Amino acid sequence: MSNVLILLKREFASFFATPVAYVFIAIFLILSGVFAFFVGGLYERGQADLLAFFNFHPWLYLFLVPAMAMRTWSEERKSGSIELLMTLPISTWQAMIAKYLAAWLVLGLALVLTFPLWLTVNYLGNPDNGIILAAYIGSWFMAGAFLAIGICMSAMTKNQVIAFILSVVVCFLFVVSGSNIVLDIFKNWAPNLVIDTIASFSFLTHFEAMSKGVIALNDIGYFLLVTLTWLFAGLIIIDQKKAD
Amino acid sequence: MISVKNLYKSFGDVMAVDDLSFEIKPGDVVGFLGPNGAGKSTTMKMLTGFLPQSSGEISIFDMSLSQHPIAIKKRIGYLPEGAPAYGDMTTLQFLNFIAQIRDYSGKEKQERIQDVIEKVELQDVLDKPIENLSKGFKRRVGLAQALLHDPQILILDEPTDGLDPNQKHQVRQLIQNLAKDKIVIISTHILEEVSAVCNRVMIIANGKLMFNGTPEELNRKSRYYGAITLRFSYKADTSELEELEGVAGMEVNPENGDITLFAEPDKQILHLVTALIQRCKLPVDSLMIEQGRLDEVFRDITQMEKAE
Repeated sequence: MSNVLILLKREFASFFATPVAYVFIAIFLILSGVFAFFVGGLYERGQADLLAFFNFHPWLYLFLVPAMAMRTWSEERKSGSIELLMTLPISTWQAMIAKYLAAWLVLGLALVLTFPLWLTVNYLGNPDNGIILAAYIGSWFMAGAFLAIGICMSAMTKNQVIAFILSVVVCFLFVVSGSNIVLDIFKNWAPNLVIDTIASFSFLTHFEAMSKGVIALNDIGYFLLVTLTWLFAGLIIIDQKKAD
Repeated sequence: MISVKNLYKSFGDVMAVDDLSFEIKPGDVVGFLGPNGAGKSTTMKMLTGFLPQSSGEISIFDMSLSQHPIAIKKRIGYLPEGAPAYGDMTTLQFLNFIAQIRDYSGKEKQERIQDVIEKVELQDVLDKPIENLSKGFKRRVGLAQALLHDPQILILDEPTDGLDPNQKHQVRQLIQNLAKDKIVIISTHILEEVSAVCNRVMIIANGKLMFNGTPEELNRKSRYYGAITLRFSYKADTSELEELEGVAGMEVNPENGDITLFAEPDKQILHLVTALIQRCKLPVDSLMIEQGRLDEVFRDITQMEKAE
């Protein structure tokens, strides 16, 4: 476990040494603010909640998280430092967990730094802070699922651009599978079971419930499951083709 | 002790390592020689547990590498080809990270880091990001990382590549000064390096082990080993030299007129040659006993396969 901690510290520091973390946090704060106020109409809605803010998170994460995840393994491959890392007395899963947690913490930090919005709605009205907390937690777990997909794609290639594009595509599939556009295609001919299954794969469906303040075990469980599955897939990929 | 039995590694159709078997004992400083693409790096990557072998068995200190990878990795120091490191870290941060992951903490960690910084002379670049360092310093950071835990096995893939002659000398000195009960494996293209630091040579070509012995034995393989080369101040009649007893042949260098005399196997010809020079008053400027020409032996050994 201490190995994970040491690796985690290194990864976390590296996010701030290369300005990836600063850029990510700055862009995330700006865009989430812009979307919440101008597109979501945070003021105009006249309600003391942050729904307008949280609604856009899946779409923000869709591009920002893959951009952050793309370097995790690709860069190790490209620079050859993967050979150094894998010949240290650690196991591959420790490196994987450390890389994931480091990036997840940066995502969490970005979320925490949106607190002025929370202060704003509390100043303007009396929101249900329990709901807001639940939405924050849900958003963080969803970001973790996006991140795991990005890390897995990064494990596949030494080219960061390819890793980025692949993870955006896969993330996009996970996001839209619950939207009406996709479900309409199936509606006319597929049985309900199929439609429900497709819809249940969607990040949107699971996040929607949480952004309204319902932390159901199956929603959190869903995001955890997605995260673990993709990390495990990434682990297998790294073990199989670390030298390519 | 490292013991390798029938090691194979293939990448698709290409056989990178083809039936390697050898043993290396503590105290051995092994020079891994071979042309580019011969399988040196692949072999080293398998020894360090980075690449899995296609088949065959590697055991280190009587433990199977595939079953106890972490216990073995703890005892190996490895400098991968090109000395990769985390470029965004400073030298000190990087060494600190390596020391932590190697289970050092507190005072002992500081001592280890300090010790290795002095050994490879990194004092001037401690606070510089590694990506901004020159090639020579990067290589030294890589060496420092490999030496930090004073490993029993040190595997260095082209440790002197890209270093200037002074730095090369330093690295060789460093390797020679390591405790005598360690295993050191270095790969190199530079033949002199082998005679300078190694007490054992392995030559690999096309994934096969072509030679395994001491540098002395390698020298002996040269037809120049023990031959005598003479340089004359002006052209003289040298036909008598070739007829001396024990001289197997003579070669004249067309460029400068140097004459090389080859001895028959196990014959000493030096005293006969010097006697003849005195008797005939040959105008000899210099006389040199050849130690064998490694580059020639290397070519012979590594190209044997192709010729067949």
